[in-house]
Amino acid sequence: MTALQQRTGSVGTPVDRVDGVAKTTGTARFSAEHTYPGLTYAAVVHATISRGRITAIDTTRAADIAGVIKVITPENAPPLKPAPRVSMLNMSSIVSGTSVNYLQDNEVHWDGQPVAVVVAETSEAAKEAAALVDVTYRTTESSVDFVTARLQAQVQKGNPLLPAGAKKGDAAAALAGAAVSVDAEYTTPPYNHNALEPHSTTAAWDGDRLTVHDATQSIGWFRTHLALRFGIPEANVRVIAPYVGGGFGGKAFVWPGTVLAALAARATGRPVRLTLTREGVYRTVGGRTPSIQRVALGATQDGKLTALIHQSVARVGRTGGMPEQITTQSRHLYAAENILLEQRAVEQDVLPTTSMRAPGESIGTFALESAIDELADVLGIDPIDLRMHNEPDRDPVDGKPFAHRMLREAYAEGARRFGWSARSPQPRSMNDGRWLVGMGVASAFHPLMLFTSNVTVRLSADGTVLVRCGFQEMGMGGATVQGQIAADALGVPFDAVRVEYGDSALPSAPMAGGSMQTASVANSILEACAKIRASLESLAKRSGAVGQAPKAVLAKAGVPHVEAAVGSDTRLGKVTGQMRMMRQVMRDRRYLRAATGAHFCEVRVDQDTGELRVSRWTSVFDVGRVINPKTAGSQLRGGIIMGIGMALAEETLFDPRTGRIMNPSLAEYHLPVHADIPAIDVSWLGDPDPTMPLGLLGLGEVGITGVAAAVANAVHHATGRRVRDLPITLDKLVP
Amino acid sequence: MKSFAYVSARDVPTAVSAIAGSPNAKFLGGGTNLVDLMRGNIEQPDTIVDITRLPLTGVDLLPDGGVRIGALVRNSHLAAHPLIRSRYPVLSQAILLGASAQLRNMATVGGNLLQRTRCLYFYDTAAACNKRAPGSGCDAIGGFNRNHAILGVSDNCLATHPSDMCVALAMLDATVEVESTRGVRRIPMNEFHVLPGDTPHVETSLAADELVTAVELPSVAVAANSRYRKVRDRASYAFALVSVAAALEVTGTTVTQVRLALGGVSAKPWRATKAEEVLLGAPATEESFRQAAAAELAAATARPGNEFKIGLAERTIVAVLRELVTKGDAA
Repeated sequence: MTALQQRTGSVGTPVDRVDGVAKTTGTARFSAEHTYPGLTYAAVVHATISRGRITAIDTTRAADIAGVIKVITPENAPPLKPAPRVSMLNMSSIVSGTSVNYLQDNEVHWDGQPVAVVVAETSEAAKEAAALVDVTYRTTESSVDFVTARLQAQVQKGNPLLPAGAKKGDAAAALAGAAVSVDAEYTTPPYNHNALEPHSTTAAWDGDRLTVHDATQSIGWFRTHLALRFGIPEANVRVIAPYVGGGFGGKAFVWPGTVLAALAARATGRPVRLTLTREGVYRTVGGRTPSIQRVALGATQDGKLTALIHQSVARVGRTGGMPEQITTQSRHLYAAENILLEQRAVEQDVLPTTSMRAPGESIGTFALESAIDELADVLGIDPIDLRMHNEPDRDPVDGKPFAHRMLREAYAEGARRFGWSARSPQPRSMNDGRWLVGMGVASAFHPLMLFTSNVTVRLSADGTVLVRCGFQEMGMGGATVQGQIAADALGVPFDAVRVEYGDSALPSAPMAGGSMQTASVANSILEACAKIRASLESLAKRSGAVGQAPKAVLAKAGVPHVEAAVGSDTRLGKVTGQMRMMRQVMRDRRYLRAATGAHFCEVRVDQDTGELRVSRWTSVFDVGRVINPKTAGSQLRGGIIMGIGMALAEETLFDPRTGRIMNPSLAEYHLPVHADIPAIDVSWLGDPDPTMPLGLLGLGEVGITGVAAAVANAVHHATGRRVRDLPITLDKLVP
Repeated sequence: MKSFAYVSARDVPTAVSAIAGSPNAKFLGGGTNLVDLMRGNIEQPDTIVDITRLPLTGVDLLPDGGVRIGALVRNSHLAAHPLIRSRYPVLSQAILLGASAQLRNMATVGGNLLQRTRCLYFYDTAAACNKRAPGSGCDAIGGFNRNHAILGVSDNCLATHPSDMCVALAMLDATVEVESTRGVRRIPMNEFHVLPGDTPHVETSLAADELVTAVELPSVAVAANSRYRKVRDRASYAFALVSVAAALEVTGTTVTQVRLALGGVSAKPWRATKAEEVLLGAPATEESFRQAAAAELAAATARPGNEFKIGLAERTIVAVLRELVTKGDAA
């Protein structure tokens, strides 16, 4: 740590969020709150079949509604270029939520696909008219039921960054010959995104220049995508998103609403706001894949793992989707002698699946960490002891060193905080009146990557610092922690730093996803600040101000400010940036880098009704150095709450006969409510990861991993019942 | 939402005249259910008669010891009322276990009686539903049936009534007072809601032009030892999978008075008269409770997905009665 950093010491302190006052007082303007002269409102008409063709659209009744400006259908929609083919050479190509070219033909690819858009003078008129657009279809046979389609699943192809399988030794033979084994199937349902802010886009054209206020996690890629779809230069598109009301992966990719808002604005020559209804979010924004997973474990009598098999089936849409890396954690968590990991996916006529907080590990850890608990039960070994007995020294499959791994310490600290020693080992052996009481544990695991980011930092003579970077803030506290990092790096108070973000006019940053944004942006800010410090030193030498504060140095040198840039958004800068990123990614492949943690859960199950309550929670994480305990704690707790939702309640109901989502509302899609969530004790070990900037590890996703397994394991301990199918609703527990 | 005309009424005669002769008009109370349904195009009234200014907000003790509750009393107000909390704890508990604090502050007693089902297929205008569009069929059959009825089910409709308050009112033998231009009528609570049969769109015995003006509770001494238990998928803010309203008096070891009603199991709040018959005069034991519950549920029918409700209802009845015995002893 430099002398400058010691002087301000902002990093590591629980600074209040810089956007907190604006959000709590309602002055923060979200995407649906930007107004333009002549603003109009759009509403989407959704298909009600899962596959087929539109044979007729009658817009007469809709057009008759007072205030309707235009009903846009495939018959009259302005042209739109097709979505780009996905290519690893052009990273922005992965940002298409679906490959459908909306309103350009009569094909229907999923129940809920937009088939028309109504633009009106008021939101009410648009919605009323949308319900009056009469669409007739010719249906084609479709595949929508995941359970029956599993046999058609194909082996997933991986890529160097995201391997889709692994093989070490002969796991099948080792399993067959194991002294003790468990072999079971686990299933998780589809989930939908339910961010507080529904997806919303306000789009305005000025000639062939497009401005879009969009709730997005991916400003830069959205800009590239929109420029391509509308056939205009990238420089003509500006995407603005300073406030995003929750993302979780649901706003990482371009879904129909964004494109249709810009299309409607082009069709009408008026600015358009398209805010999805909650139902609209369910019908047009992808959710998490359902999964069917087999985990088989073989072990010696004393609990040494000899075989670990994890096979998964996921689904994607026929027009795109994300099958998730369901077996990832199984590659890294246990030192099994023989390992076999396989991922399969099946294409169906449903809305493409997409990323959702810790894609892969959220549901993959449910199966793996439940199976480990089952094995511990069969062996009669404490589940923590079994894990520690198989804790690897190096990455189990390829022997790479760990950048940082403190899972042992996390379990030891968690056990102490939670009071694990009070647990009686036998299932169904603890109770509190009519409540059966159980305790369970599970590991959290999330691998981490580092991307590159462009940034500029300016230190002015008045002592203030301006950081400019087009990163995204969905409520995680990104702007706050980057300000803390810059303050310490330049030796100025936190209040002297202003961070500009959320605008594609700023230096470009990677998407906010994969828990990589904070570290990736911090890396560039640190580099820019180092450049500024070097400039300051030479200025100080020249002007005889060595050893003085930055403000004094600039005053004495008579310089208004010093500025440093990392990366550039010029054509050449982009090429150089891509190469810089590839170099970094290749360098990082030398070791395994991940955030980990240990969850401890106590549940109560009513003996009469099977009602399940999570009554206590403790988690201890290894997330490297924590920049801001307040925002970090909030992120980790949020992940745990989302995991409790998976464990207890969440499930998208796709009618297996039609592929239609039947619970597209917050009333019928059950998220946990406050009363479902106990006080959550989160803490972290705080030891910096030596391979990361400031030693920080991204922590947006690790919190959710392992949670559902910890609950299922506690339920088993409470009741003696093993529930392998999420969510753990009371009908699975009622005697 | 479809555009509609809005009329505000200041007194009951104006309100009932405003709706007379307009079969497609609706009264607006708290709006917590109706407005949602209008937004989803499930209800599409031409005219809304706003009754929130009518003077129907009293909770008054009657000379015979009963209590009269105005139709526009807000749910939160009723649940907190000292008369209700002391004499009819089951009603206060039932209301407080429903919806959320914000909704209870808006929702009225009259509106709560007229809540519509939460069947997923009723809510989806793309699905066939005999309740929403008479004669169109029932897509719930063969679909997701987890929340559907097990008692009084018809082949045309599987829906349940979602109210908690109504289950307590059914147990208490409340009376619903209604008024139209034709006069005043009193309907016993257990005849207010009707089973679906061949006409699932007909949910109550209320005529289209009638306004609920009050609910009257008789004096029910045994209600002092009463309890509402709601079993659902979250700790709060979810509709009942099964709920039980019960009141019990045990003299010595014998059940001398009992009232029992079930929610979440039928298109109407289900008064469990068969179970009451078994219990009355029986020993207050776990075994009697089980026999009584089994007698009530003997006629239950289930579909794939809601079979668990039969056993759950039986076990919840037993649990509530067991608790009332303990509570009664303590008192």
